Amino acid sequence: MHKKNVSYDVILIAVFMLIGGLIIGFILLSSHKGKSVEVRIDGKIQGYYSLNENRTVNISSATGENILVIENGQAYMKDADCPDKLCVRQGSVSKDGQSIICLPHKVVVEVTGNESEKKQNSTDIIVK
Amino acid sequence: MNRNEKTNVKKTALYGLIIAAALVLSWIESQIPPFFPIPGMKIGLTNIIVVLTLYKLGSSSAMAANVLRIALVSMLFGGIMSMLYSLAGGMLSTVVMILLKKTGKFKTVTVSIAGGISHNIGQILVAMLALNTSGIAWYLAALWFTGMASGTLIGILSNELIKRLPDKLFT
Repeated sequence: MHKKNVSYDVILIAVFMLIGGLIIGFILLSSHKGKSVEVRIDGKIQGYYSLNENRTVNISSATGENILVIENGQAYMKDADCPDKLCVRQGSVSKDGQSIICLPHKVVVEVTGNESEKKQNSTDIIVK
Repeated sequence: MNRNEKTNVKKTALYGLIIAAALVLSWIESQIPPFFPIPGMKIGLTNIIVVLTLYKLGSSSAMAANVLRIALVSMLFGGIMSMLYSLAGGMLSTVVMILLKKTGKFKTVTVSIAGGISHNIGQILVAMLALNTSGIAWYLAALWFTGMASGTLIGILSNELIKRLPDKLFT
């Protein structure tokens, strides 16, 4: 059996593909439809908004504004005053664990599942 | 001028050239509009310089060029936060590439792919700390594959440069 340098490369790239595939598989398997979105600025929870209720939320952080729209069970950033507007382009989220992230404003909008109401009620006793 | 001084002068000029090339590539990249809706997703043109330095001048030079370029680019185009992101990604990817190259078993492109992925992983780790969120698994998946794609591109480009630039230039 003769060894070639190529084989090591192929093995490593195959391992990379496999890990990437596993990450996606894990996400697909573990994603359920979320119930509400949690809005955080700089890690601090600002509030929860149900996905079943259409509404517009203005998120003002120290560095700017983001406009979050909840419509037909999905949430998306309608507008933001950051220069790159990447959060607007991230599209809509609806599945548990999905998030819209606005790095310049440190805003995270994350879809949460069934536990969100429990979390909301017990915020007082969460120690960080 | 004795030989030692001559080598030092040449080294200084060479490193200046390398950093200057890295700065130009950063600037070019900053002119490309973010056409992918994922923050932090870049082609990483400056990684060409890191790969090239790694293969032509060795591990410690690659690390030095990497740290210097990040410091300068952050001062010119970014801020402290972007410097933290870049450092985490840049250091991790450079270390990974140095180690993989040291095994001597991988092609430049493969080393560069590993560098691309680890660059993104480093940035995600900082993002997780900075934003205090662990729910960015989607982001991880996306950046995993874009890291592979950009690593491939950078690897091919670097490989051509490594082949074409005369070794005389780096001694």
